Amino acid sequence: MSEFNYAMASSADDASTQVKGTGDGSLIAGGMTLIPSIKLGLATPTDLIDLAGAGLSGISVEGTTVTIGAMTRHVDVASSKEVVNAVPALSGMASGIGDPQVRNRGTIGGSVANNDPAADYPAACLGLGATIQTNDREISADDFFTGLFTTALKEGEVITSVGFPIPERAAYVKFPNPASRYALVGVFVSDGPMGIRVAVTGAGINGVYRESSFESALSGAWESATLDGVKADESSMASDIHAAADYRAHLVGEIARRAVAASV
Amino acid sequence: MPDGNTGIGAAVKRKEDGRFLTGKGRFTDDINRPNQTFAYFLRSSVAHANIKNVDTSAALTAEGVVAVYTNGDMEGVGGVPCGWGLTFQNGDPMVEPVHPILAAGKVRHVGDPIAVVIAETKKQAKAAAALIKIDLEDLPAVVNMTNAVEGGTLVHEEAANNICYDWAIGDKDEVDKVFDGADHVTSIEIINNRLIPNAIEPRVAIGDYDAVSQKYTLYTSTQSPHVIRLLMGAFVLQIPEHKLRVVAPDVGGGFGSKTFHYAEEAMVTWAAGHLGRPVKWTAERSESFVSDAHGRDHVTTAELALSKDGKFLALREKTYANMGAYLSTFGPAIATYLHSTLLAGVYTTPLIYSNIIAVFTNTVAVDAYRGAGRPEATYILERLVDRAARELGIDQVEIRRKNFIPPDAFPYQTPVALEYDSGDYEATLASALEGADVDGFEARKSKAAKNGKLRGVGYSTYVEACGAAPSAVAGALGARAGLYESANVRVHPTGSVTVFTGSHSHGQGHETAFAQLVSEQIGVDIDSVEIAHGDTDQVQFGMGTYASRSLAVGGSAIVKALDKIIDKSKKIAAHIMEAAESDIEFEDGTFKVAGTDKSMGFGEVALAAYVPHNYPLDVLEPGLEESAFYDPANFTYPAGCHICEVEIDPTTGVVEIVNFTAADDPGIVINPIIVEGQIHGGVAQGIGQALLEGCVYDDNGQLITGTYMDYTMPRADDLPSYVVSTESSRCTHNPLGVKGVGEVGTIGATPAVINAIVDALSELGVTDMPMPATPQTVWRAIQEAS
Ligand SMILES: Cc1cc2nc3c(=O)[nH]c(=O)nc-3n(C[C@H](O)[C@H](O)[C@H](O)COP(=O)(O)OP(=O)(O)OC[C@H]3O[C@@H](n4cnc5c(N)ncnc54)[C@H](O)[C@@H]3O)c2cc1C
Repeated sequence: MSEFNYAMASSADDASTQVKGTGDGSLIAGGMTLIPSIKLGLATPTDLIDLAGAGLSGISVEGTTVTIGAMTRHVDVASSKEVVNAVPALSGMASGIGDPQVRNRGTIGGSVANNDPAADYPAACLGLGATIQTNDREISADDFFTGLFTTALKEGEVITSVGFPIPERAAYVKFPNPASRYALVGVFVSDGPMGIRVAVTGAGINGVYRESSFESALSGAWESATLDGVKADESSMASDIHAAADYRAHLVGEIARRAVAASV
Repeated sequence: MPDGNTGIGAAVKRKEDGRFLTGKGRFTDDINRPNQTFAYFLRSSVAHANIKNVDTSAALTAEGVVAVYTNGDMEGVGGVPCGWGLTFQNGDPMVEPVHPILAAGKVRHVGDPIAVVIAETKKQAKAAAALIKIDLEDLPAVVNMTNAVEGGTLVHEEAANNICYDWAIGDKDEVDKVFDGADHVTSIEIINNRLIPNAIEPRVAIGDYDAVSQKYTLYTSTQSPHVIRLLMGAFVLQIPEHKLRVVAPDVGGGFGSKTFHYAEEAMVTWAAGHLGRPVKWTAERSESFVSDAHGRDHVTTAELALSKDGKFLALREKTYANMGAYLSTFGPAIATYLHSTLLAGVYTTPLIYSNIIAVFTNTVAVDAYRGAGRPEATYILERLVDRAARELGIDQVEIRRKNFIPPDAFPYQTPVALEYDSGDYEATLASALEGADVDGFEARKSKAAKNGKLRGVGYSTYVEACGAAPSAVAGALGARAGLYESANVRVHPTGSVTVFTGSHSHGQGHETAFAQLVSEQIGVDIDSVEIAHGDTDQVQFGMGTYASRSLAVGGSAIVKALDKIIDKSKKIAAHIMEAAESDIEFEDGTFKVAGTDKSMGFGEVALAAYVPHNYPLDVLEPGLEESAFYDPANFTYPAGCHICEVEIDPTTGVVEIVNFTAADDPGIVINPIIVEGQIHGGVAQGIGQALLEGCVYDDNGQLITGTYMDYTMPRADDLPSYVVSTESSRCTHNPLGVKGVGEVGTIGATPAVINAIVDALSELGVTDMPMPATPQTVWRAIQEAS
């Protein structure tokens, strides 16, 4: 593990200022992604600016929006009564991330900022039409996830919270990679103020994306039968030893169908 | 058996678990020596290349670096030896290339060590290793065995067509004749997928040298400390045994992979001598993936000749067995003596021919992994039987029963060298059929169909040969060592006992099971018994623990030593109680003079032996300590029946194991909890091979499944609650009547799972299922069939 300086930030703005002032510093939230990356030599930050003291955790439901602070841990979202009542698909999604240890440390901000192509939160954000609030601006989920492990965040920009419009119905179904248990295919569907949305994680070559052909089909009839036998476009599917593109394309259709069937 | 019952058959809780469950185990990595340094191995990141130059100058001057070694620095150091020599069909010896401690001239697999950096801290060693400049000339990688045997690129210049040996057992002409005239022939192509052992404790080795006594100590996470002392001392470093101590303290799982002598052990020992400082190496998990010997990796074509009513007439197979880049300690024996000899299984097949071609590839060495050869053979056989039954329209249970070796046929000589001493295959089959509620299967299947799921049931009736092995037989088969076990029983003056055993416990529970033997024989409670193992300075000698041999061979040695203790104790008791030795009866820890009320406790006799005031010193030595070496007369033959029931979601290919029943005959059971635990763990690994685990190399020899992100270990939620039962039949040739249980899970379970999947999918026209049967693999098989 390479050496780094460590500092605690007192607010999002402070974190942003501090990280910009370092050579090649990095924000750290739960460390569930960053620490293993450092251990494996995949990341060698000169400085770690810790967000733990930046006052960014907490959940609130106001009007038509659930707002989750960036430092809120997966376990807190999974067990939050407010979230369970407002968007059960979201709390259910959080309860299926990793294992208890990971859920006890990993945060929504870290997950969204990292934009792992097989992570669950990006699907929830895109699937609900969330708004990502940073220390600087608001970014809609549609504009936020720009590619594998890349986002619209600028150098030193800190996510402060994520706002999820409460849908009429939604569901997330995850088909786990047998080894890593990340999403081999995960589909978040919703019908609500942000329209009909089908967001797919784990499958696309460019990471999380919206399956617009399913969305238009579902706008005709929100029922699982609408998606009977549908498939994603094989040429835009990722391929690896666990799932070749044709299998992923098939799974996207089948898991989306199941998500619609499960939506509440 | 004493009060409280801690003897044979008692379900006592494991003595060792208290320390393991409270984090107080003492593993090799817990050991730190004064003035210790740390080793980091720089390993090849490519599969095959000539080493043009290794420049260590920058590393040598890096902070904290004590030494950097490459192959050229190790003059006089031998290669890692292979413990088993095989021959080609014409009698020529197998090709046995040198396996250098550090790569010499060439790297042959990803993970092959090129240099070692020794520094004050682990971090410094690792950082300095990054400064070593390696100039490699890439060579094409030999990965796939089918391509390897066509020649072209050679892993070792001396191995033409990359073949290590081409070996066979059985009379090919006779077998072929039967095939030519048979009513029916069932054929199958089988791949026994390569597995990565993944013991929970990565390997660790610490070399230490004491300049005053000129003695070396190696602390290492091994299953066989004396064997390591012998192999490393005699063949690699030329250190005589009295100057070399090998200590294997608590070891966190091995599954075979820690039986072998590894280069890192020799490296740290040699370096400690060179530097006069202890040298410690702890494998990182990703290092374990590319340096622990892998398991399985056979590609087989097999055929079974049958009469039209389903009687097996002959079997023939040709297997390509991957040896990896170098021969590991037992590598060449696994595919042959532990594989081909198991092809009769529990059946009366009169003629068998097996041809094994061992192949070098640019991959990690392959050696014994829980079951070692026997799972591969059983998988071939039980898939063949399953398919033959389907082709002939015979019930799966019926075809097995029809071909079982009947209980009155023992001892039974198979056509492939083994003589089974005992067994009752009908008993375990009947128990499994009942446990699995096979009668209710059709109803469950229709219910599943209503939910869009396909249910299937799969059978596996197996026998294995374990308790390795009669030394004379092993020697005739190419083993370069004996396979007995040793024991020393030291009774202390007040009657407590220390047993020194050559077996090694790395999860098996010897501290409990062996203590139960002592408790049974001499009537002391298990808490008065200490089992000492794992230290060559403490234990007289040992062949170690592998091939389910500890109880059958190691336990028998203990019993033999205990018999001597009882004999001597009787003499002492006879003297003190003034009776004839023949009148002394020993029962429940008490010596009695027959027909009188005179008696002496075992502890009193022990005390008399150490305080010999009233003692027959003219005819008997004082003290109470006896040793024994036990060389088994035969292998032992655990057997059983595993039945697996699966439910498959045909739209996703997901397989769920809904029921798993194991009925096993492990011989006499010493501790039912330990036996059940061994079956549970073994079945988990057997299911792992069938459904989850598969080591994948790409065409360049890069390990694709090099982390847990891609290599699927069985997790609790992948596994059902098992229905486990034992139907013991006595082993006839060891004093305890025990057979073994360590490997039955991996041997029995795998084919039952795959047969169940094939059964579930048979209505869709699926006839075969590669392993691991991941969702994608199952889905694809369904697509291809429809
Ligand atoms: C064993 C294991 C299993 C897992 N399984 C899953 C799974 O099934 N599904 C899943 O979705 N994820 C999974 N994860 C990932 C987990 O959810 C991580 O917690 C998450 O990806 C990162 O969150 P973190 O808080 O740990 O972030 P960190 O590791 O601390 O940071 C990750 C990155 O985000 C940046 N960052 C963190 N917070 C902010 C912020 N507020 N603003 C801007 N940038 C920020 C950091 O600089 C860093 O680059 C798993 C992880 C592990 C170790």
